[in-house]
Order: sequence, then structure tokens, then C-alpha cells
Amino acid sequence: MLRDAWLVATKDLQIEWRSRVTFSQVVPFAGLVLVLFGFALDANRPVLLQATSGLFWVTVMFVSTLAVQRSTSIETTDGARRALLLAGIEPAAVFVGKSIAVAVQLFVVEIVLLAGVVVLYSADVEAWGLVFSTCLVATVGIAAAGTLLGALVAGVRARETVLPILLLPVLAPVLIGATRAFDDALGSVAVDGWSWLGLLAGFGVINVVLGALSYGVLLEET
Amino acid sequence: MTNPPIDLPAHTGSRTTRLLGAAVLVGVVTMVLLGFFVAPEDDLMADSVRMIFVHVPSAILTYVALSVTAVGSVMWLWKRSVWWDIVAHSSAEIGVIFCGLTLITGSIWGRPTWNTYWEWGDVRLVTTLILFVLMVGYLAVRSMDGDESAVATRASVVGIIAAVNIPIINRSVEWWAERTLHQQSSITDGKLEDWTLFTMFLGIVVWGVFYTWAMTHRFRIAWLERELRDGDLDEAIAARRAEAATSGGAS
Repeated sequence: MLRDAWLVATKDLQIEWRSRVTFSQVVPFAGLVLVLFGFALDANRPVLLQATSGLFWVTVMFVSTLAVQRSTSIETTDGARRALLLAGIEPAAVFVGKSIAVAVQLFVVEIVLLAGVVVLYSADVEAWGLVFSTCLVATVGIAAAGTLLGALVAGVRARETVLPILLLPVLAPVLIGATRAFDDALGSVAVDGWSWLGLLAGFGVINVVLGALSYGVLLEET
Repeated sequence: MTNPPIDLPAHTGSRTTRLLGAAVLVGVVTMVLLGFFVAPEDDLMADSVRMIFVHVPSAILTYVALSVTAVGSVMWLWKRSVWWDIVAHSSAEIGVIFCGLTLITGSIWGRPTWNTYWEWGDVRLVTTLILFVLMVGYLAVRSMDGDESAVATRASVVGIIAAVNIPIINRSVEWWAERTLHQQSSITDGKLEDWTLFTMFLGIVVWGVFYTWAMTHRFRIAWLERELRDGDLDEAIAARRAEAATSGGAS
């Protein structure tokens, strides 16, 4: 199963690499959101510093809806979904593979965003280990929940509007947990950031299991 | 030969629903009398304590409705039971109303008690808002295009995702807020007495009966809609066959 998952992941990443959508559209969008937050908060440096963690993760949430929509559209065009089913790959492996591909793209965006908040907001990272662990664990959960919900709205006319309505509330624990962990890593609030990783990991495990169990039904019936 | 037209009832009422409806009416009138004239005002919260007669039953019924939707969703995926699918959908629609009522009454109660309509430090209020948005998302999926079976499958997965994620959403908000301004459970903390407690329990019973009444009607409407659609299709197929037969099989 892992081999199949890896095949699907590399397929999606290759398509992404050739089309360069993440680099040419999603990353600039993420940077733009950071700049807009700067305008909205009147470029007030103390306020920006205080809100950096939250702004970072809100931007990641927005980007995740784009990444998931992109990942879903790869399968809906040219009947690729049917071809994937006919290839005889286990749906759970397809789910894991697509989640890995989304997670890798999100991770790349997060690294760019991290550089953005350091440069634009003058954020001072005190604990790099915590920052990378949070990004890693949170991204797994976001990618899993996003891939599952993306498959759910695939092929539906109103998917662009329905996906954020479904995905963003489900991601609320990630926003809360990852923001608190970043607060600790950036030294903006005195909290134990590591303790939040447990919650993020729990969210990730729940959504990976849910996705692996229900992805097949969605792939075959919708 | 065409099929006879489907025999649809003129309304969704029955003796049972009329009895349930009458019980709700009597219950609401009793609640108003007890809530405004018999139950005493609270030492701390004064008259605003009366809001719990609506707030607590609404909150409890929200979770009951969500649980029924989750069970219905599992049963659709497991048994492909149309009956359970309609139950899940109907329960979600009624649950959204209860959830909205919980949020509105909670906010109105919060104004005199906490001096604000919305308190971010309150775990249950924030969790209930996220639950409300999730239920609205569920109904959005229900209204999406596609064949009935695909929509039911999509909605069932959303129902299960919502139900499974609610505990972790609640836990995250709880840790985030670090402390909660919310009242401890009104039922278990033992501070409510006599008529106040009785009226609140009566509210739970009345809301429960209302839920049953509304579910029965909503279920019957959805079932009849389905019958009508299937009947229309059967009729159209029969008409087409008859047309083909009269034109000598050419179509």
C-alpha cells in the first residue's frame, strides 16, 4: 500500500512540478496575504509581532483550500479519477498519496511564509525545533482533512464555495493549536508550545484514519 | 398502458403528530407560566436566569440532533438505508435551528451576565458556533447537485467528520481559552432548586417532544418527495414505452 501511496504522491508532485502552479500562483498569493495583513493592521510593528502566529496560520488555512482544490481538480479533469480507480490501487493508498502531495506543497509554502514573517513582521524565532515540528504535525492534519473533503466536493459545480465552508471549521483545532505552539516558539506569549503538539497529532491521526476508511466510498460513488 | 397516478396524502399529519403537537403547545404554555410567574429570580443573575429554560434544552437537543444525524450517516454508508438517510437529513435541519437558538439565547444571556454578547473565553459558546457552521456546511452539501445516492454519501461523510471532530474542537477551544466563563453544568452543580430546576427539565421534555413532532413531519415530507420523484420517473418511463408501442417500436 505504501508503494502505491508513494506512486500517487510522486504523480501529483510531478504534475505540480511541471505546471508550477504552487510556485507561480499559490506562493505569491500567500505572500500577498501577509502584505495585506500588514496594511490592515496599519503596519503597527508591536501589533503585527503579537499577531504573527495567528496571521501565519490563517494564511496557511487559506492556502490549504487552494492546494486542496488544485489536488482535486487534477483527478476530475479528463476522467483521471476513473483511470485511477481502474488502475487497481487501493483507495486508502490514493488518499495517503494525495495527502502526502498536498502536505509537501503546504510545507514548502510554510517555509516561504516563515521567511516572510521574519522579514516583513520582524518575527524573532526562538525555537526552530518547535516551529518545524509544529509545521510538520499540523500540515499532516490539514492535508488529510483537506484531501478527504476535497474528494467529497469533487465534480460538483459549487465546490469552490462549499470546500472552505466545510474545511475551515474542521481545521479550527489546527489553527488554535498551531498558533499557540508558534506563540511559544516566537516568544510572543508564555505558553508551553510542545503540549499543543499532542492535540495537533491527535487531529492528524483522526483525520488520516477517517480519510483512509471513507475515501474509497467517495471515490467510487461520487 | 400508464401506471395509475401516485396516491399522495394531502398532509403529513396523523393522530400521533396531532397529539404530539398538542402536547408541545400545552408544554410551551406551561413553561411560559412557570418560567415567568412561578420560578423565582436568581440571587446573582436576577431575571436573566429564566433564559436557561430555553437555552439548556436547545443545547441538549442540538447534540441529540447531531448524534441522530451521525447515526443516520453511518447507517446510510453501512446499510444503504434510505430511511436512515432521510432521518439524518431531517435531524440536521432541525438541529441547525436548535443550535441557532442556543447561540442566540446564550448571547442574550451573556449581555447582562458577562456584559458582552460574545465571550471568546467561553469554550461551549465557541464550540457551539463551530458546530453551527459545520451543520450549515452539511446542509450545503445536501443542496449540491448530483444524484440522490451520491449526495447522500457525501453528506454522510460530512456528518461523520463533524461528529468525530467535535470532541477535539471542544478540547482545543478549552485549552485555548485556558479558563471558561461558562456556567458549570446547570443540571449537575446543584445550585438550581425547586421550580427553576423543574421548569428547565420540563423545557427539555417539551423540546424533546417538539423535536419528535418536527422530525416526524420532516421525515414524511422528504419521504413523499422521494415517492413523487420515483413515481414521476416510473410514469415517464411507462408513457415512453406506450408511445414506442403505438408507433410500432420505432423510437
